[in-house]
Amino acid sequence: MSVLKMDNVVMKFGGVIAANNLNIEVEKGKIVALIGPNGAGKTTAFNVVTGVYNPTSGNVYLNDEKITGLSPDKITNKGIARTFQNIRLFSELTVLDNILIANHLQVKSDFISCALRMPWAKKEENAMREKSEMLLNKLGLLHLKNEISSSLPYGEQRKLEIARALATDAKLLLLDEPAAGMNPHETNELTNFIHTIRDEFGLTVFMIEHHMDLVMEISDKIYVLDFGQLIAEGTADEIKNNPRVIEAYLGVEEDAEN
Amino acid sequence: MMNKIENKNNKTKRYAANILLAAVFIVVITLIDQNLIGDQYIKRVLNLSAIYAIVAVSMNLVNGFTGLFSLGQAGFMAIGAYTVAVFTVPINYRASIFYIVPQNQVLAQIHLPFFIALILGGLAAALVALLIGIPVLRLKSDYLAIATLGFSEIIRIVFTNLKTITNGALGIKSIPGVSTWVIFIVAILSIVLIALLINSTYGRAFKAIREDEIAAEAMGINLFKHKVMSFAIGAFFAGIGGGLFAALLGTVDPKQFYFTMTYNFLLMIVLGGMGSITGTIISSFIVTFGLEFLRFFDEPLAMFGYNITFFRAGFRMVIFSILLMILVLFFRKGLLGQKELSWKLISNIFKGKNSNKKSNKGGAA
Repeated sequence: MSVLKMDNVVMKFGGVIAANNLNIEVEKGKIVALIGPNGAGKTTAFNVVTGVYNPTSGNVYLNDEKITGLSPDKITNKGIARTFQNIRLFSELTVLDNILIANHLQVKSDFISCALRMPWAKKEENAMREKSEMLLNKLGLLHLKNEISSSLPYGEQRKLEIARALATDAKLLLLDEPAAGMNPHETNELTNFIHTIRDEFGLTVFMIEHHMDLVMEISDKIYVLDFGQLIAEGTADEIKNNPRVIEAYLGVEEDAEN
Repeated sequence: MMNKIENKNNKTKRYAANILLAAVFIVVITLIDQNLIGDQYIKRVLNLSAIYAIVAVSMNLVNGFTGLFSLGQAGFMAIGAYTVAVFTVPINYRASIFYIVPQNQVLAQIHLPFFIALILGGLAAALVALLIGIPVLRLKSDYLAIATLGFSEIIRIVFTNLKTITNGALGIKSIPGVSTWVIFIVAILSIVLIALLINSTYGRAFKAIREDEIAAEAMGINLFKHKVMSFAIGAFFAGIGGGLFAALLGTVDPKQFYFTMTYNFLLMIVLGGMGSITGTIISSFIVTFGLEFLRFFDEPLAMFGYNITFFRAGFRMVIFSILLMILVLFFRKGLLGQKELSWKLISNIFKGKNSNKKSNKGGAA
């Protein structure tokens, strides 16, 4: 069963076609990667899924429910959470606060009972804290909970951003270049991390990535995008040997002509 | 084990210090209330500071904690002030106040107890904030500032012209006063409520919006709903502040709520620290007292037989502006930045630990 389905999604900005007829399916429990050269429209595709952009035409389905055109917060409420290409933590706040904020969407008490510390609001707050600390503990970030998030090392910030996305209780995780700026050792660690959280939280992962080692090792399925068009899809081996992919990445023919 | 004992010790110490502080506070307010220490002037300025503290903290909720650059606070204060004025002036005085244009027939018959009128003023301000917030909060930063500033001027002009309700430019006099205790208790209650809200999950959502709107939205926070919420709550407490202001001065007229009043609050929150409640309270007292003591510059001064020409009405504001510039140039984070004053912070300062260090390092992103 597909968790996420993009059906003929077209995204135009004026005359520029950033995404043309994208048909992407992400199956439950799988790790699916979206790759392509710079400017291929990968992040645009993510922004369409998460509601940042409303597609020019076509639809996005989450568990067969149409989510096209919903606002980003509603889409997160439906169970899709994301990370960003350039880390977007709440940088002046602590690690724990970052996680607690991601729990806010499940809060049922109104602001008056929260401010007056009514018993039910208190109970909810305590449960939220407990849940957040458990999550931090599972991901090995608990010892950093009172640190200001911008003071963490880069790798930990990436991890925290993923943890924050998980804290929304999402079942589909969208990772936008999680390994950007990481060295091979950190990338390796991240690979294990993604595998672990997928298994532990029963997640489906849809990611954009440039590190081919990571993509090839981790992905169950790969989609290749170039100039807004899907040019290939398949397993790692199929993609590696696909001539169109090699062309898009290395530009063999064009280079030869020049 | 040692650590635990020390922690407990510190806790008891802090507890004792808090009780001592509260006791001193109660004694001082009682003495001032009974006119046993200080004079009428000091008493009035203290009361004014407490009222300004409410409005400044309410403005900090919107500007400092939610990151919305709003300049409408004087307008919301005016709504609260006029609500208290209209409903608490004794009925038999009203004909003599509204001597040019008679008061609205229905309103002329309604008299409400002070506290009900005060809450009503807050609610009226919040309602207006909801109504204008819905279109205006779609704007960002400077545009929002301009729109809210415009709104606050509109309120003032409307109040000048709604003569049957507000008595126009003449204002409303004979508003019954309240004691220092009432003002201070309402101020403490209001500020504590705002602080509790800020430290709840909603407050965290507000801070998330301040830090990064895109990320906040991606974490499932409905930006618009939370912005309107913060804006309306801020307006509610500004309205409460306005109501107390009317009762303290005994008279309201539209000129009191000129947009320069909002700038005073802006100065308080910048000086105290955007995102610090205790900082805002301290700076409310500093600024209010400062503005009063600077009156010295408004009076003629002769030195060695010469009249110093600078010293004349208005020079106070020149000094004030210069201080403001110095503040913005050298102390951009204000007294406390985003920190709160606590015993821990004080003891750290005395021990020479720089608590700034931690939050300033890093920033690798």
